[in-house]
Amino acid sequence: MSDILKTLIEIVGPKGVSNNPEEIWYYSRDPGVLEAHKPDFVVAPKTTEQVQQIVLLANKENIPIVPMGNGMSLTGLVIPLKGGIVLDMKRMNKILEVNPVARYVVVEGGTSQGVLKAYLQKHYPQLRHSLPDAPAATTIAANVALHGQGKLTQQYGFNSDMVTGLEVVLPTGKICRIGSPSIGSYWFSKGPSLPDISGLFLGWLGTTGIITKVGLMLYPNKKFREVELFVTDRVELIPEILYKLTYIELLEDINVWFAPRPLVFKDTFQITIYFTGDDEEEVEFKRKMLWNAMQQYIDSKDGGFMSIQYLKERLLEMPQRGVAEFADVPKGGGFEYSGPIIPIDHFPRYAAKLVALAQRYNLLYSGAARLISGGHSMMFAISFAFNRDDKGMMERVKQALDEATQFALEQGGIPWKPNFLEQRMILERMDPNTRDIFKTIKETLDPKHIMNPGNWEIS
Amino acid sequence: MEKAYSIKYGDIVHRCFRCGYCKFPDDYTDFNCPSYRSFGWDTYSPGGRMWLIRAWINDEIKTSQHLAEIMYACAACDNCKIQCVFPKFRDYLPYIFEEAKIKLVEEGIIPPLVKNYFKAIITHGNPYNLPQEQRVDWVHEMQIPEFNGHEYLFYVGCVGSFDEIGQKMARSVARVLLKANVSFGILGEEETCDGNDVRSMGETELFKQLASENIKKFKEKGVKKIITLDPHAFNAFKNYYPALGSDMEVFHHIEIFERLLKDKKISPSGYAKKVTYHDPCYLGRHNGIYQQPREILKMIPSLEFVEMHQHGVNAFCCGGGGGNFFTDIINSGEDSPNRVRIRQALITGASVVAVACPYCEKMLSDAVKTEGIDDRLEVLSIAEIIERALSI
Repeated sequence: MSDILKTLIEIVGPKGVSNNPEEIWYYSRDPGVLEAHKPDFVVAPKTTEQVQQIVLLANKENIPIVPMGNGMSLTGLVIPLKGGIVLDMKRMNKILEVNPVARYVVVEGGTSQGVLKAYLQKHYPQLRHSLPDAPAATTIAANVALHGQGKLTQQYGFNSDMVTGLEVVLPTGKICRIGSPSIGSYWFSKGPSLPDISGLFLGWLGTTGIITKVGLMLYPNKKFREVELFVTDRVELIPEILYKLTYIELLEDINVWFAPRPLVFKDTFQITIYFTGDDEEEVEFKRKMLWNAMQQYIDSKDGGFMSIQYLKERLLEMPQRGVAEFADVPKGGGFEYSGPIIPIDHFPRYAAKLVALAQRYNLLYSGAARLISGGHSMMFAISFAFNRDDKGMMERVKQALDEATQFALEQGGIPWKPNFLEQRMILERMDPNTRDIFKTIKETLDPKHIMNPGNWEIS
Repeated sequence: MEKAYSIKYGDIVHRCFRCGYCKFPDDYTDFNCPSYRSFGWDTYSPGGRMWLIRAWINDEIKTSQHLAEIMYACAACDNCKIQCVFPKFRDYLPYIFEEAKIKLVEEGIIPPLVKNYFKAIITHGNPYNLPQEQRVDWVHEMQIPEFNGHEYLFYVGCVGSFDEIGQKMARSVARVLLKANVSFGILGEEETCDGNDVRSMGETELFKQLASENIKKFKEKGVKKIITLDPHAFNAFKNYYPALGSDMEVFHHIEIFERLLKDKKISPSGYAKKVTYHDPCYLGRHNGIYQQPREILKMIPSLEFVEMHQHGVNAFCCGGGGGNFFTDIINSGEDSPNRVRIRQALITGASVVAVACPYCEKMLSDAVKTEGIDDRLEVLSIAEIIERALSI
């Protein structure tokens, strides 16, 4: 047995380490289209102190570490590009504290979205968090580390904007608290009125430290939640429709989606609009305002509300299990998307690009956009489903996504959760002085380049 | 691609997205896959198995004892089949996992404890390596007739015949049936293993042999209706024996008890305890029997019934399915399914966990001891609760 394996077993116990071919094979890949790379060990810590000891060992031995939640970014962010240790964080899954009045929760770094949802539903039914549409097994820490979005993003911004404090094991092994928990026992602010250094870890895709605790804002969970589906075939009208919808400042979540299948939705753009209320009066008021905002498009016959009785339950589900079903459209097992963050007035050009890419690469597509922060931007998902048993199709998806990212950059968009190749494309385009700041931050925090190497790598 | 192995349903395995919904109950309270819960590696989850089976078929990983452990750690609880978000193939998940085990058996690379289990069945007709004469030890001083044209055959099964806790449950069931004047008999020393767990552990040929012999025996004796003690036998008789020529009506004893209570053939006077109920996987998810046990408990005067949070279709398995009752691959440490489940029962405030399966009763009784809560929680079969309520 190697000395490293022996030490890892000393740290986490024999059930917390594996270098068996089966775990090595599984943890060398994600469900996306990128090539696998094998780790040397898979390690599952249960405490922050264990994470710290693993990082100290990695420092001493110069071993790369890749923190992993459920591995559902789809863009290979947990693939150990340079081997080393994949750190499966999911055994750190305790919900540590809920402050129901200050409306925040503190969870361990491997806590899943689903478990937090169920916990709040049971113990604090008046509260909710911004649940993403990703599967329930995805983790809260991973979601904020890549600037994920969720059901409350339209109202309150990226899920990473909702962070109220962090505990991070730095690449040097120091345990560091960020925000209010760095000076007291309360987790209500990630920065203000201090300088906000949470940005050293949010969006860095696990390259600057390992998030072991997250404080997260909670929001009122209204008694009623409703959904309407507005449909138009005029793509050029989408930005102004979205502008009008956000103008009323009453809506929870707004998504736009389009796909060639099922046929009932072909050639139209569906806008799913969610709103909530504590009583029928509040709900009906919001519905009325919503209808008023859309009335001119109904009058001009450019759009209308669709009856959704048969879809309603599915649309209201949280998380939306149906999202994963896209993976099985080509029988199947996979889909991947490029999801740039873009200004909302760019929607039509991205929609056109998606259809053009699907035609050129002969792929099944789905387009979906989620509004962010009251319409200041949107995430536009250019998604292609693939058959995992069809290498050719997977390669075509990869090429189409690369082209989509290139297009997004040309249009001034920001690729979301970019894979290592897309990161290079971003860095090439980035202002050199900004890139220098990136480099300085990385060199300072991770002098030995052990954290998720291959990602955000600046030469 | 050149395939190293060909398995039935092998053309489906690539369709798993490994999204992980299969690990949860439908409200996401906690992980509900017993082997994932116990081991904590994604490889031990249903999605992990799907991906590993695909890698194995494609010769990207080799057959190994560790692969065998991963496959045999599956408790065959069917939670994944219920929770998978892909309606076009989720029903095949349990079959795919069984197929992998069949392939491992064919290769002869299986965990030693599984090998021992098969050997015991082949040599002794039971997993306990005990002589056939001891099959009737559970009867003790009771007067239970050998089956001879009775309305029902009471099939006791290996756990009910040989395990101390199983024997206790078998006696309780028999006493309730006797009290209600149900016409039944047993096979006694002539009874042999039903093969349900043999089949779920991938030894299909041995299963066919056991099933065929049982069917032949049942027919020779004129058995038309069977009452089973355990849901495992119930599952085999009901779902797998018909394809091999069985036409017997099959009942789990819970179904009979419910009818006896409704028909007032037995009238419990009362049982003043707070009781929760643990759904056995082979009764619940495999065969859809959720309501009858609850109806029975609710018909007992003074009994206060309380549900565990994860119940019915979302019940957490005790860890005894898929042969794990005998091999114990899945059960070690504080995350053992039986210990997790008993902690779930404890927080209901109940003082009794009612069960309808001798496997579950044994698993949960062990967990009560390990957790050191035997002064707060008792595991009892529904039959024994009825007995106490009847003051038999």
